[in-house]
Amino acid sequence: MNDFYTISSNFLYASFMIYLIATIFFAATIRDKRKEHKESKAGAIGISLTIIGFISQIGYFVFRWIASGHAPVSNLFEYTTFFGMMLVFAFIIIYFIYRITILGVFTLPVALLIIGYASMFPRELSPLVPSLKSHWLYIHVTTVSLGEAILAVSFVAGLIYLIRQIDQSVKSKKTFWLEFVMYSLLCVIAFIILTSTFRAMDYQVVFEKTEAGQTYTTEYHLPPITSPNDMIMTTPDRMNPLFETPGWMQGVDAGRKFNTLLWSLLGGLALYGLARLILRKRIGAAIQPLLEKVNPDVVDEVTYRAVAIGFPVFTLGGLIFAAIWAQEAWDRFWGWDPKEVWALITFLFYAGFLHLRLSRGWHGEKSAWLAVIGFAIIMFNLIVVNLVLVGLHSYA
Amino acid sequence: MQRIKCECGHVNPEGTVLCEACGKPIEQNQHIDGNENKKLLNMRYEGSARRSKTYNKSIVDKIWNFFSSVKVGVWLIILTLIASAVGTIFPQEMYIPPGVNPAEHYKDSYGLFGQIYYQLGFHNLFSSWWYMILVASIGVSLVICSIDRVVPLYRALKKQRAKRHDVFIQRQRLFGETKNATSEDIQKLVEQLKKKNYKVTEDNGHYLAEKGRFSRWGPYVNHIGLIIILLAAMLRSLPFMYVEDYVWVREGETKVIPQTEQQYYIKNEDFIFEVYDENDERFAEAIKRNGEMVPSNFQTNAVIYKVDGDTIPGQDPELTEVKSGEIIVNKPLKIEDIDISLYQASYQLNEFQSMSFKLHVKDDAEENAIGEFTFDMQNPQSEYDLGNGYKAVVDEYYPEFYMENGIPASKSKYPRDPAFIFFVYGPDIEKYEVNFLAIGANLNPSEDNKYKLSLTGLDMRDVTGLTVKRDHTLPYFAVGAIIFMIGVVQGMYWYHRRIWIHPTKDGVWIAAHTNKNWFGIKKDLEKMLEENNIEMPKDQQQLE
Repeated sequence: MNDFYTISSNFLYASFMIYLIATIFFAATIRDKRKEHKESKAGAIGISLTIIGFISQIGYFVFRWIASGHAPVSNLFEYTTFFGMMLVFAFIIIYFIYRITILGVFTLPVALLIIGYASMFPRELSPLVPSLKSHWLYIHVTTVSLGEAILAVSFVAGLIYLIRQIDQSVKSKKTFWLEFVMYSLLCVIAFIILTSTFRAMDYQVVFEKTEAGQTYTTEYHLPPITSPNDMIMTTPDRMNPLFETPGWMQGVDAGRKFNTLLWSLLGGLALYGLARLILRKRIGAAIQPLLEKVNPDVVDEVTYRAVAIGFPVFTLGGLIFAAIWAQEAWDRFWGWDPKEVWALITFLFYAGFLHLRLSRGWHGEKSAWLAVIGFAIIMFNLIVVNLVLVGLHSYA
Repeated sequence: MQRIKCECGHVNPEGTVLCEACGKPIEQNQHIDGNENKKLLNMRYEGSARRSKTYNKSIVDKIWNFFSSVKVGVWLIILTLIASAVGTIFPQEMYIPPGVNPAEHYKDSYGLFGQIYYQLGFHNLFSSWWYMILVASIGVSLVICSIDRVVPLYRALKKQRAKRHDVFIQRQRLFGETKNATSEDIQKLVEQLKKKNYKVTEDNGHYLAEKGRFSRWGPYVNHIGLIIILLAAMLRSLPFMYVEDYVWVREGETKVIPQTEQQYYIKNEDFIFEVYDENDERFAEAIKRNGEMVPSNFQTNAVIYKVDGDTIPGQDPELTEVKSGEIIVNKPLKIEDIDISLYQASYQLNEFQSMSFKLHVKDDAEENAIGEFTFDMQNPQSEYDLGNGYKAVVDEYYPEFYMENGIPASKSKYPRDPAFIFFVYGPDIEKYEVNFLAIGANLNPSEDNKYKLSLTGLDMRDVTGLTVKRDHTLPYFAVGAIIFMIGVVQGMYWYHRRIWIHPTKDGVWIAAHTNKNWFGIKKDLEKMLEENNIEMPKDQQQLE
């Protein structure tokens, strides 16, 4: 690989570390006794670092572009990293409107998770297939990504609102689902830890099957809890799979993906159990006291504003630009491909959100839950549609 | 129609909740916007009289009220959303491999669920009648709810006066009383408001400062955009608006372009298929991981011809070149005269064009030819004369050969992997000799043949697959999308802010309303009132 690629990777690594440090400074503002909106020193350092980290990530983007000759948004690693970068950008915008430091304490870790998640996918430069060779690649992809990132800020604000407002004195459905959101985030952490650990160990298991004279193989990089359907393990001295992936999971490498999912869920469970053991209460209940200072009305408004700002951007990039490009590349602007349909679903969902905001009683907590669901839909479109559903967008 | 006269003298239409001019709540209608027992007035539609909230007697009223409800609208959205999600569980019929039986495909590939999915018709969900009805209902809802609200809202905003009723002012979300404020203080605030680009109107010492009213029309503008998009989708069913066809053209071949009434022809000069160099150090690793060649370009170099004059049946038409160019993925070629575009959609590499054979004595090590012939895939003959009384008769021709349970068969009619059974006749052959030829195999059934047919050469060529399209609906979609974007941005990125200055006997009341971004209007007011004796209004919703 060439030098630009190395420079680019270093920039990305640097911004990851800078975001991490910025998070710590933002977290320091929680203990700050001063009034809201008055900028504290820690907050000022936090946002400055965030901006430096963002510039460094632009460095990653530019140098990778130079190295590969095309905008680095063409596979799952590149797109997801870019999404993390746009999330930071959206946070910077919202921060300068509302000056809420607590938003940084939650947004930056989410951005870190996203970038960390991205780097679990193959990172080498990949060539562009003919259908991707178009200016619309970066026009469409960057706009979608920015729109989704702004919408993701509404998720973060909604999450803060929920942690702040949900009654933690009794166990309820609400506390359960809030813990579930926490658990999901822990699953991502578990996925990153497990994948990078076993990658460092160069762990590998190969499965094979022979059908009609042809041999198919699948490589696992995590110990097999579940083996692929109808395949035989050929690597010696590895853990024996506990069961076989059911036959109705049809996607490419379904067994491996299912195995990774199981590991993430179990790892998340372990992390969650550990957290509960240390905290001796629900995670939500443990964070709640830190958010006492937060004004829930302002957070609720951030939830709404982020949707109001992000919705047009998403529509422009995810539906309109997407349609123009699809018309050029695939000779039809709309074709009911799963990715397209899920972009439509995202659009419909947030349209519903904006209409519900018209009614009394849908502000505050209900809005916050909707923001969380909206983010789940975006993540579904990013992860599940690419990895599980078969379609034209399965580039990674 | 029953009109309601307010104490301020303004006559309001039936069903008005807040007087259009002064904002005084009209007592008998407060239930409409749920204002009873509430501190704050519902300002969503300015308390204007909407048809849907006023009449509920006839069938028309009931249908109107149904479709104008936001609740119904949201339900329609949610149902469409769920239905769409269901449509992505398994691939739609258009994405399953061509030529397979869908009934079997869904069952074999996805098991019981797949079978149920197929039987419920979900394999064609997006063109199902009920999905169409859902989308159409959203369209109807868009039209009705917009008309229901936009007209009265327009009236209410037009008729509003600067001087508002006391109750209206007190029941705004942002409201504050300042005692002992002087008229200088008020004047100062008015000046500040003007500086902030508020449009200030005065009525008897009362002031209304207003900004960004046009953002209130945003939702209706974007609804118009959506309606245009839905109408454009309906236009596509008209053949003169929209045609789609497909044509395969072999290299060197000239073919009529479908949907042009036999008036236009295309010649495929060359089909180019390029792959990335696996030694390119940038991408070497990714190509290795991919395990196969990564294509970098699909391209057809084409010449377009138009028929010159009238064609005489049975004769080849006279062709004049209209244009020539490249058809590349992402770069379609457009024939402007007839507004037809050609898209690079597919290809088939190395199709057989012709194969040459020779006949020789089987045991001849030199394989000296007794006779030769060429089999042209485009123009196959049933027999070939080899001279000296020898001939080869084509018994069977398999364009894409494979063995099905030990019996030779063809997968398609396209010459991708041809095989032949020839009967060779000659003066010294008793009956005939059977020769079975396939690429890479000579499967002669009989060992007793005296003569043998051998392959001497072959020509291959590529085939390009082009989509032929005319779509006059595109401009309508474009217009709809642009209007939609304008509407959304107008509604979302601007705010309608109003501030009322309401002098009282011993001071002044300030009230403010915005349709969104309360944080922003508060910041505006805070800044202005910082250097003013008038107190910052309180957020009565937070106190509630």
